[in-house]
Amino acid sequence: MWQLISGIFPYAILYTIPLLITALGGLFSERSGIVNIGLEGLMVIGMFSCAFTIIQLQSVMPNLALWIGLLAGVAAGMLFSLLHAFASINLSANQVISGTAINMMAGAITVFLARNITGSGNIRIQRGFTPNEVPVLSDIPILGKLFFTNAYVTTLVILLILLLSSFVLYKTPFGLRLRACGENPQAAEAAGINVRRMRYIGVLISGAFAALGGAVIIVTYSGEFNGSAAGLGFLALAALIFGQWRPFGVLGATFFFGFASTVANVSQVIPELKVIPPVILQTFPYVVTLIALIIFSKSSQAPRAAGEPFDSGKR
Amino acid sequence: MKNAIVSLLAVLFGLIAGALLMAVTGSNPVAGYTYLFEGGLKSIERIGNTLATATPLIFTGLSVAFAFRTGLFNIGASGQMLFGGFCATFVGLTLDLPKAILVPVVIVVGFVAGALWAFLPGLLKAKFNVHEVVSTIMLNWTAYWVVYNVVPAYLKGSYETESRPLPPNAQLRMGWLSDLFGGSYINLGIFLGVLAVIAIAFIIDRTTLGYEMKAVGFNRHAAEFAGMAVDRNIVLAMVISGGLAGLGGVAQYMGNAINIQIGHLPTQGFDGIAVALLGANNPYGVLLAAIFFGLLYSGRGYMNAMVGIPPEISDTIIAIIIYFAATSILIERLISRLLRKRREKRDANAESGRA
Amino acid sequence: MEHIVEMLGIRKEFPGIVANDNVTLQLRRGEIHALLGENGAGKSTLMGILFGMYQPDAGVIKIRGKETKIANPNVANDLGIGMVHQHFKLVHNFTVTENIILGNEPRKGLLYDTKSAGKRIAELSKQYGLNVDPDAKIEDISVGMQQRVEILKMLYREAEVLIFDEPTAVLTPQEIRDLMDIMKSLKAEGKSIILITHKLKEIKAVADRCTVIRRGKLIGTVDVATTSEAEMAKMMVGRDVSFTVDKAKIETGDTVLRIDSLTVLNNKKVPGLKSFSLDVRRGEIVGIAGVEGNGQTELVEALTGLRKPESGTIWFNGQDITRYPVRRRIESGIAHIPEDRQKRGLVLDYTVEENMILEVYYRAPYAKRGLLQRNEIRGHAERIIRDFDVRAGEGAASKARSLSGGNQQKAIIGREVELDPLLLIAVQPTRGLDVGSIEYIHKRLVEQRNKGKAVLLVSLELDEVLGLSDRIAVLNNGELIGIVNAAETNENEIGLMMAGIGKEAESR
Repeated sequence: MWQLISGIFPYAILYTIPLLITALGGLFSERSGIVNIGLEGLMVIGMFSCAFTIIQLQSVMPNLALWIGLLAGVAAGMLFSLLHAFASINLSANQVISGTAINMMAGAITVFLARNITGSGNIRIQRGFTPNEVPVLSDIPILGKLFFTNAYVTTLVILLILLLSSFVLYKTPFGLRLRACGENPQAAEAAGINVRRMRYIGVLISGAFAALGGAVIIVTYSGEFNGSAAGLGFLALAALIFGQWRPFGVLGATFFFGFASTVANVSQVIPELKVIPPVILQTFPYVVTLIALIIFSKSSQAPRAAGEPFDSGKR
Repeated sequence: MKNAIVSLLAVLFGLIAGALLMAVTGSNPVAGYTYLFEGGLKSIERIGNTLATATPLIFTGLSVAFAFRTGLFNIGASGQMLFGGFCATFVGLTLDLPKAILVPVVIVVGFVAGALWAFLPGLLKAKFNVHEVVSTIMLNWTAYWVVYNVVPAYLKGSYETESRPLPPNAQLRMGWLSDLFGGSYINLGIFLGVLAVIAIAFIIDRTTLGYEMKAVGFNRHAAEFAGMAVDRNIVLAMVISGGLAGLGGVAQYMGNAINIQIGHLPTQGFDGIAVALLGANNPYGVLLAAIFFGLLYSGRGYMNAMVGIPPEISDTIIAIIIYFAATSILIERLISRLLRKRREKRDANAESGRA
Repeated sequence: MEHIVEMLGIRKEFPGIVANDNVTLQLRRGEIHALLGENGAGKSTLMGILFGMYQPDAGVIKIRGKETKIANPNVANDLGIGMVHQHFKLVHNFTVTENIILGNEPRKGLLYDTKSAGKRIAELSKQYGLNVDPDAKIEDISVGMQQRVEILKMLYREAEVLIFDEPTAVLTPQEIRDLMDIMKSLKAEGKSIILITHKLKEIKAVADRCTVIRRGKLIGTVDVATTSEAEMAKMMVGRDVSFTVDKAKIETGDTVLRIDSLTVLNNKKVPGLKSFSLDVRRGEIVGIAGVEGNGQTELVEALTGLRKPESGTIWFNGQDITRYPVRRRIESGIAHIPEDRQKRGLVLDYTVEENMILEVYYRAPYAKRGLLQRNEIRGHAERIIRDFDVRAGEGAASKARSLSGGNQQKAIIGREVELDPLLLIAVQPTRGLDVGSIEYIHKRLVEQRNKGKAVLLVSLELDEVLGLSDRIAVLNNGELIGIVNAAETNENEIGLMMAGIGKEAESR
């Protein structure tokens, strides 16, 4: 049993981390008041930009190329998210539709460009990050074996971002103001806060984080851009609701998904799990999400003003 | 009227953006568009294929538009289409009946299965206020995995990844129709589609059901106040929406193709959102938008073959059209302001004339 | 420097309407200056400009003698101008302290410092007798206390000019008196106050001078002590205003509505209405008096079927309708003029004729076998438009959104009256309307009563309740405090009851 768990864990974490950072992006956006359905598309943008950058540089500077690729992904994500920000904030467009447009555009443009470059619509990088032992931490009993023996450096980066996010959100003036914009933008405006600017920042962060999530997938377990994020962007949205818009809640939710999906993937290879019909394990995360949504429906902590266009000066 | 202008402008901007994209990647936009439209219209066979490609889009467009009228976002048209098509295919491969009976049967099965798949999100929204965007997406992937497992297990065709082909008495294809269009894969679906457009338009505009749904969509508080059963309307709207998407699946997997593939969430589901938006949620607008998108999709292979422009240009153009349609408020505001200025001037003249 | 704030020749236009047309207001240091006007006259716009939320199209603002541009609320705050809004600008799940420091947070390194702020807030609260707990969450405290949080916000930022926008709508008569005392003590400490209101009694109670606006135009500035209420009302409205409603005495008929020990939970799952009992008879108007949030909403929702009661029964016209769904109650003869005409009363995106059949679209003659009958529907709407003086640009085909508030309300009343109900429930029927519409609606309500209908009037305007009702039931904290005959009571007595003090306790 222990073998099973410790064997699965690294993969579960691998799957969790991109989901986590994407969901955190969604958190910042929604906390500022803008619903961002386009996380899926932003992940794809990140995947494409990262893969594209890496193949340009990988022969010249193999290690640095990966980091530059990640940064390229982040930059592209932020740029692309401006489309959603502009539509939702300046034009008061319907945020769900705008987000859907982002998804469609991202999927289409990236494959179009990829085809122009490689002819096939897929971009494969030579090598990504390799998992390593983290010094000192891997000697911790139990936890060390589970979390720090087969760890990717990107995992640590993302976890650091998580801690930073929680700190910024709850302890800094910026976080206080951001949350105010998502709960009662009229109150924030009366307090002298520039609600539009805050919301732009929220959406830009979501663009950066979601793209980073996609990029991390490329440099850790996938290695190939193929035009799709397999629904992870939407799963991140579900995780956001599941985690009740709190950073550590989102951590728990995404880890749950990561673990469940990994179990589903490896179930055929593991004798104890082979008896369960694969369809149950494959649909398990989705079904459980539905149940969680029902349970949380009554006490939802969703930011009150999320999804409503901000009408400056409205009383 | 205003909606039509907005949609046309969005299309124009999308096509211009597409041209820019073609130019930037080293192709000739004029040649590109020429071959794109030729590919969809050059021969009677191609026209038939264009109409057939448009058919699932008509259904998913109607599906999304109908749900939207009641204030619901049905992002699950993909899963409903997949599940509807899957169940219909299952029945088509299992029952052996004469075509005149089997085809209506599978059509009904497709509708019911799609309706069922949308019933749960509708119920969750009505009873628990669970946002239908997330619940329908969860069901999309559930449908995906169900098909992924059941088709190879029970309906396996020559490959692991697809079902057996449908026998002629279960297909929507008709010999005389295909011959009429020079061998195209056009099928009964298109007639079904047009019928659906007329039926939905009728329901929305002329019936008490349509009146209730629109009221709930515009202002559920007022609907509640007036005694309408809001919950029932939400569920009903989702159910009809899902059924329409299910019919799209029947058109796709039993007409355009004659088998069903696994590992693939039909993009027509998401395109339906684009169609509904461009058609301004009006059934006849949906019909026109679907045919236009059908043209973009069916012509791109020819364009790719002739000038090497990647077929994804069509997807891109459509996506950009959607972005412009979503941000149409800018155009709307301009038009509104123009109209109002004209009206104010008219009123001012009348006032001064009177005084 | 005689004037601390001067707004000279201010003009502000919004699409289609001139909200302020060459308006001048001058506030002296240390005075309480009232800004009087009807709903929609332009008062809130003018103060919005002073507070930096809008920019004037023309005109000059001088603060302490110096000409300034107030670009946003921050600038206004820096100039020492603060505003207590009519609709509170508070974040529901933040604490009092967090709300007050928002936008102006004291720093401790990268963090914001709630401790030092909390201390200062507690001090201020004590100094002015505001009695506010700095660590309480907004969603947990009362409306009166929320308003005091808004006042604290201004004092924390050391405002010298305080603007109060219609502050008394949500207060009991006692709390209003407390607020008046707070204002007087603020004045004593050297603050200057602008009080936006349409309530003449309050102006008479605290204000030194009063500027009157009508339809965006300045009518004049008067000295309150030497001007009567009637004169101020005439300036506000433009003609003589009658403060009483003509109501003949008639015989009441049999009981149409019997409410028996009704208990209803509110949104927080606590009883909002407790064991309430009341009879309403034909030919009478029963008024429900009380401060907002004391059970009226729960009562009306339980009566109309929008909320299920916890216990108790409702008898209507001989039937137990406690569990009836909304539609069945409408069919039994209950009509409802809702509190919020845009949220509940109308589908703004529908046309007038589509709105007029909102409750009856499924019945003959408006529908036959599920199909809408356009001609009948249009005829119905045209009848209502004619009989209830509804002004709509394109008649029955106008979009409801394009009608003014007053005409929207008249349309709703027409629709409900056309149902020919046995019981008409009217909630805040004249909220936000001009005096002309108010008079008209009052007349129609009395007309229904004279025709033998039962009318239940729920209103937050005490004058309206006293003027229209035959009998008055007073709610406080969800409980029925007492039922009195309108002719035999006065505002003081009702005010005491609204605060929870029963008739017996009135001794001093």
